[in-house]
Amino acid sequence: MPQKENRQFLQGNVVAAHAALAAGATHFYGYPITPSSEILETWVNLVGDPAKPNKSPVTKEPLQYLQCEDEMTSGFAMIGSCLAGKKAFTTTAGPGNILMQDAFSAAEALRIPTVALIMQRGGLSTSTVIYSQEEVTLTCLGGNGEGFRVVYSPHNIQELYDYTIKAFNTAWKYRYPTFVLGDGYQGKMHGEVNLHTMDPKSYVKPKPILLSNKGKNKKSVNLRNCYDQEEEIYEIIEKYRKDFARDSKKIAESESLFLDDAESVIISHGIVSTAAKEAVGRLRKHGQKIGFWRPITLRPIDLPGLLKAVKGKKEIIYIESALGQLSRLINDELMSSNDNRVRNVRIKTMFKPALGISPRDITDFISKNVS
Amino acid sequence: MSARRRPPKNKSSQKNSASNSVLPSFPKCYKKNSKPHKFCPGCGHPIVLKMLGQAIDELKIQNKSVFLIDIGCSLLAWDFYNIDTTQTHHGRTIPVALGFKRANPEAVVIAYLGDGGAYSIGMQHLVHATLRNENITTIVVNNMNYGMTGGQMAPTTITEQPPTTTAPFGRKEKYLGTPLKGPEMLEKIGVPGQYIARMSVDVPPQLKLTLKKALQHQMDKKGFSFVEALSYCPNNWKTNAAETIATLQKAKQEFPTYEKEL
Repeated sequence: MPQKENRQFLQGNVVAAHAALAAGATHFYGYPITPSSEILETWVNLVGDPAKPNKSPVTKEPLQYLQCEDEMTSGFAMIGSCLAGKKAFTTTAGPGNILMQDAFSAAEALRIPTVALIMQRGGLSTSTVIYSQEEVTLTCLGGNGEGFRVVYSPHNIQELYDYTIKAFNTAWKYRYPTFVLGDGYQGKMHGEVNLHTMDPKSYVKPKPILLSNKGKNKKSVNLRNCYDQEEEIYEIIEKYRKDFARDSKKIAESESLFLDDAESVIISHGIVSTAAKEAVGRLRKHGQKIGFWRPITLRPIDLPGLLKAVKGKKEIIYIESALGQLSRLINDELMSSNDNRVRNVRIKTMFKPALGISPRDITDFISKNVS
Repeated sequence: MSARRRPPKNKSSQKNSASNSVLPSFPKCYKKNSKPHKFCPGCGHPIVLKMLGQAIDELKIQNKSVFLIDIGCSLLAWDFYNIDTTQTHHGRTIPVALGFKRANPEAVVIAYLGDGGAYSIGMQHLVHATLRNENITTIVVNNMNYGMTGGQMAPTTITEQPPTTTAPFGRKEKYLGTPLKGPEMLEKIGVPGQYIARMSVDVPPQLKLTLKKALQHQMDKKGFSFVEALSYCPNNWKTNAAETIATLQKAKQEFPTYEKEL
C-alpha cells in the first residue's frame, strides 16, 4: 500500500504532533514549557472537544490528552497508559526534562515503551528558551540508570516527522523508552514537510503489559522497581545490557557523506549537522578532502558506521552547540576499539555552547584549523 | 501428601464457608507463595492489605484490578496478591494509576501508598487527582512516620506520639509545623459525589467496609474515592503492644475516623 502524500508548510512542533497522530498514538500527557508547548497545543486541537474526541486514524480509538500538574505526572501517567497497552507520549524541554528523568528512569527499569519529544533549550538550568545541544547527556544517560534508551536526533523538519513516527514503533518493538531529541530551532521554525501516512508494514501494535492475560487460570504480573538483593538486580541489568547490545544492531542509524577519499571527517548531529552538511559541500567544491558523519541515533551509537567513518582518517572534527556532549558519547565508543587506525585519529573540536552554528562558521573554522 | 494437599472439592468449600462465619477468611486473591508477608511484626499494613483482599474477593474483581504501590513500606506488597501489580515512588503511584485508568476504563485501579508519598513528596498528584475527579481509588496508610527509612518525622507526625528520629524532642509545632490531615483537606477541595474516608486498622471490619465502598464507587464510575487507613508502626514507634494501641487511640483524637460522600 503506498503511503499517502500530504505536503504542507508547518511549524516543527506542529509537525511533531501530527507525526504522533500518524504513528497511532492515542494518549498524550504534558506540561507547557518553551520551546515545546505547541506540541501540547497542537495535540489538544487534534483531540478536539474531549466530550466527543476525534479518533486515531490508525487505531480508530478516541484520542485523549491531559495537561498535567507537573512533568512528573506527565511522565508517570504516560507510563500508566503504556502499561495498559496504549501508545502514549509526552513532550518537554530543559528543566522539565530534568523533572521527567524520574519517570524515564522508571520506564528504563521496567522496559516501558514511553515516547518523549524533547525540544532542547539553551544553556544551563533555566537559561534560554531558544536552542542548544546541551540536553544530550541528560536525554541519553539521565536519571539513575544505564542508558537503556533509544534517542533519535533528527536534523530537519521532515526527519522530525519521520523519526517521531519511527520512535513509537521502535519503542513498542524493543520495549525501551524512546526519545526524539529536537531543539528550539527545529520546534519553532516553519518548513515544508510531507505529512505522509505511516507505512503499514512498519506499524508495531501496542499490547497491554498489565491485565493482558484475562484467562481463567490467570497468573498475575507482579512488576517492581525495588530489590533487596545485589545479585537480583545485577542479573536484571546484565540481561538488559545483553538485550540492548543485541537490539542496538537493528536500531542504530547514521548518515555519511564523502567518506571514501576524505582525510578529515566532520562529526555532528541534529540541526548542527544540517549546517555541517552544507559546509562540507562548499569545502569540497574548493577541493578539500573532507567527509561527514552524523549519528541519527545518539543511543545506541551505530558503531560499525562510526568505525568505518573514522578508520584511517587523519582527524575528526566535532562540531556542537555544547561543550562536547556528543563527542563524549562518540569518544567512548572509539576507545572501545583496539584498532590503532581508529585510536590514532586526531581530534579537533568546534564547541559553541548555546549558540547557533551556520555553514559559514564551519567553513571558516575548517579553513583556519584544518590543512 | 497429595491427598492432604488436594482434599475433595466439596469438603474444601464447606471448610471455607465454615471458617467465614468464625474468622475472617484468608483472601482468595492472595499470592500464597509470597506468604508469610514481608512486613515487620506488628505492622498495620498487613491488616489493611487483608481487608483490601477480602473486599476484592467479595466484589469479584481480582482479574480486572491493578494494584499500584509506592516506595516505602507499601512496596513490600509488590507480590502480595495474585493481581497485576507495579511499583513506583514518591507518590507517582497516583499518576500511574490515572494514566492506566484513562487507557483502560474497565480496570479497577488501586493506588496504595504511605503518608509521606501521598501528603508530602507527591502531594500535588493527590490534590490534582481530586480536583479532576479521576476515577481511581487511592488508599493511604498513615502510620505517622517514614517507616522504611527508619522512623523519621512525617507530615502526619503528631505531638502526642513517641519521638521520631528527626524530631527527637517530639513534634514541637512551633518549630516543625502542624500535622497534615489528608481527608479533611481533600474534603475542602473535593468535587460533589466523591467518597472520602478515614478508618483505622484496629477496627478491621469497618476498614473493610470503607475499602469496599471506595472500590464500588470507582466501579460505579462515580469518580475519585479515597481512604486513609490510620495504622500502627510499633517497630519505629518503639512501643509494646499496649503502648501501640494507646498511641493509635491518641492518634484518633487528632485524626478522627469518618466517611463522607461529598
